[in-house]
Amino acid sequence: MSAPLLSVRDLKTHFTVKQPGLFSDDRIVRAVDGISFDIEPGEVLSLVGESGCGKSTVGRTLTRLEEATSGVAEFEGQDILQMPPAAFRPLRRDIQMIFQDPFASLNPRLTIARTLGEPLFIHKLAKSREEARRKIGETLELVGMDPAVMSRYPHEFSGGQRQRIGIARVMIVEPKLVIADEAVSALDVSIQAQVLNLIKRLQRKSGIAMLFISHDLGVVRHISDRVAVMFKGQIVEMGDKHQIFEAPKHAYTQELLSAIPRVASHREAV
Amino acid sequence: MPLLEVDNLEIAIAMRGQLLPVVRGISFSVDEGETLGIVGESGCGKSLTSLAIMGLLDGTPVRITGGDIRFEGQDLRQLNRRERRAIMGSRMAMIFQEPMTSLNPVYRIGDQIVENLRQHQKISQKAARARAIELLELVRIPEPQQRVDSYPHQMSGGQRQRVMIAMALSCDPKLLIADEPTTALDVTVQKEVLDLMADLQERMGTAIVLISHDLGVIAETCDKVAVMYRGKIAEAAPTDDLFARLAHPYTRGLLNSIPVVDRDVEWLEAIPGRVPGIDEDIEGCAFHPRCPRAQDICRRNEPKQHRIGNEHTSHCHFAEEAAP
Ligand SMILES: Nc1ncnc2c1ncn2[C@@H]1O[C@H](COP(=O)(O)OP(=O)(O)O)[C@@H](O)[C@H]1O
Ligand SMILES: Nc1ncnc2c1ncn2[C@@H]1O[C@H](COP(=O)(O)OP(=O)(O)O)[C@@H](O)[C@H]1O
Ligand SMILES: [Mg+2]
Ligand SMILES: [Mg+2]
Repeated sequence: MSAPLLSVRDLKTHFTVKQPGLFSDDRIVRAVDGISFDIEPGEVLSLVGESGCGKSTVGRTLTRLEEATSGVAEFEGQDILQMPPAAFRPLRRDIQMIFQDPFASLNPRLTIARTLGEPLFIHKLAKSREEARRKIGETLELVGMDPAVMSRYPHEFSGGQRQRIGIARVMIVEPKLVIADEAVSALDVSIQAQVLNLIKRLQRKSGIAMLFISHDLGVVRHISDRVAVMFKGQIVEMGDKHQIFEAPKHAYTQELLSAIPRVASHREAV
Repeated sequence: MPLLEVDNLEIAIAMRGQLLPVVRGISFSVDEGETLGIVGESGCGKSLTSLAIMGLLDGTPVRITGGDIRFEGQDLRQLNRRERRAIMGSRMAMIFQEPMTSLNPVYRIGDQIVENLRQHQKISQKAARARAIELLELVRIPEPQQRVDSYPHQMSGGQRQRVMIAMALSCDPKLLIADEPTTALDVTVQKEVLDLMADLQERMGTAIVLISHDLGVIAETCDKVAVMYRGKIAEAAPTDDLFARLAHPYTRGLLNSIPVVDRDVEWLEAIPGRVPGIDEDIEGCAFHPRCPRAQDICRRNEPKQHRIGNEHTSHCHFAEEAAP
């Protein structure tokens, strides 16, 4: 077997929350409380669970937006949690994040060309302006947008288009691992289907590995190879997606699956 | 006589000196004890329709520009503000996606229920408080005697939504309008809230208009469904008839867009494009730019209502063929 791209062992991220009042003790929130998983190159692993179970904290810890309390996360054999910030910087290109609200992560004052050009510049991926423009145009086409939108600003786009731009900004640096946190959750179902198809197509074509974080089991079934079900900071069940969806072992996975409202025609088609 | 009858309702928004139509002549009715689901993508006019029924458009740029809304045979548009307030919150109540839009963060939840009760009924402070505790118990808030004195922020999202339901049901309304009541909730909590609503409906005979963008939620809870697209009803039918024979490409598109949990689908059949903005003009059928079956006639003429079955209607030129 090949070495995993990412290997996480006993990861814990705890938060200390100051309590009001002079004599009350600080409260510790065990957002992520000892989880382990591997992601192989080219694989999509989903983290699924209800709000507050710690999914986002996993993604934020792996991109060092939060500090891990303990545990190891090896990316291509290097422990990314302990290395000094300067050593982690070059890895920021390899590990990219897509967020739920693409608008919040797009600078409203930058044109789309500059939004997509910035990462090229930061990671020195284009030798000339012409090369940058060509790459930006190609990437916009890749995500199903007209390269002519380059001169426009984020507010001119709908939610689905903004998420395409967010995806373009990630794809343009050719990362090895994408962490997508509720990337399609804010979209209407028809737009969600478009963007989900896009992510799946890009992932297949490029072979980028993905940690796909979502609370939506249908979305997770559609996109993943393997699934980890989280509950209160821990992974209660992990397996191949067919095992998880067709023969869930853990009571919590079963409860989640049975709570989903279904259209009868969808159920009969099983 | 239906409990609620909406007849050719038109709503427009005053913008830059113009009245832009957003709801373009919709009709539906709800009988006592019945649940009607209204489904469609965001921006289709679902919320404005419910606010119009509740008479909550005052002070906004939104106007009712045509049609009738009759409740228990009474034309709601003819009522003055005082008469309307007597109905709203007692005979007719509403719950929203975000409970904090109707719960006041600075008052204890019990006091808020008591105030609502006393506004609409002749009831003593003490009796109203007892009733508030009863209501919290009814919506399965644990330890209602203690929780009655909680503030909204001391409760979880699911509990707040239940308090909203308790408040809406406090005066035993004949009609409950629920606009995306579970959209912000986790699936397990959503299931609890929907079960609770169905249970209360059974016991109290309340009619419900349930607005949702989720066809699964609609399919599991509603007797009949109206599918809205760009301010019109594209297709309407009793729930079983609808899913047995989809007669509008929009309904089919919504259904095919859902990534289902029970089987593998390699590629979702997404509806291309998006809901047009209210300032965009479209000739012919409003759905034609996104419709896989669009023909010349769809680009030219607005479709009339086609009757597929007894109570099954579709606004599609190819309604009969759209069904398999
Ligand atoms: N910076 C933080 N400080 C304190 N608590 C936090 C912080 N970030 C997240 N939490 C808490 O950690 C838990 C997990 O949060 P999160 O990872 O966002 O869950 P999810 O993404 O699964 O909804 C929650 O209880 C949340 O309130
Ligand atoms: N107060 C308002 N001012 C301007 N536009 C509005 C207002 N309320 C709603 N709209 C617009 O009217 C359309 C229908 O809105 P709404 O009824 O909220 O749709 P839905 O509930 O189906 O998502 C949308 O395009 C929305 O942006
Ligand atoms: Mg999250
Ligand atoms: Mg709405």
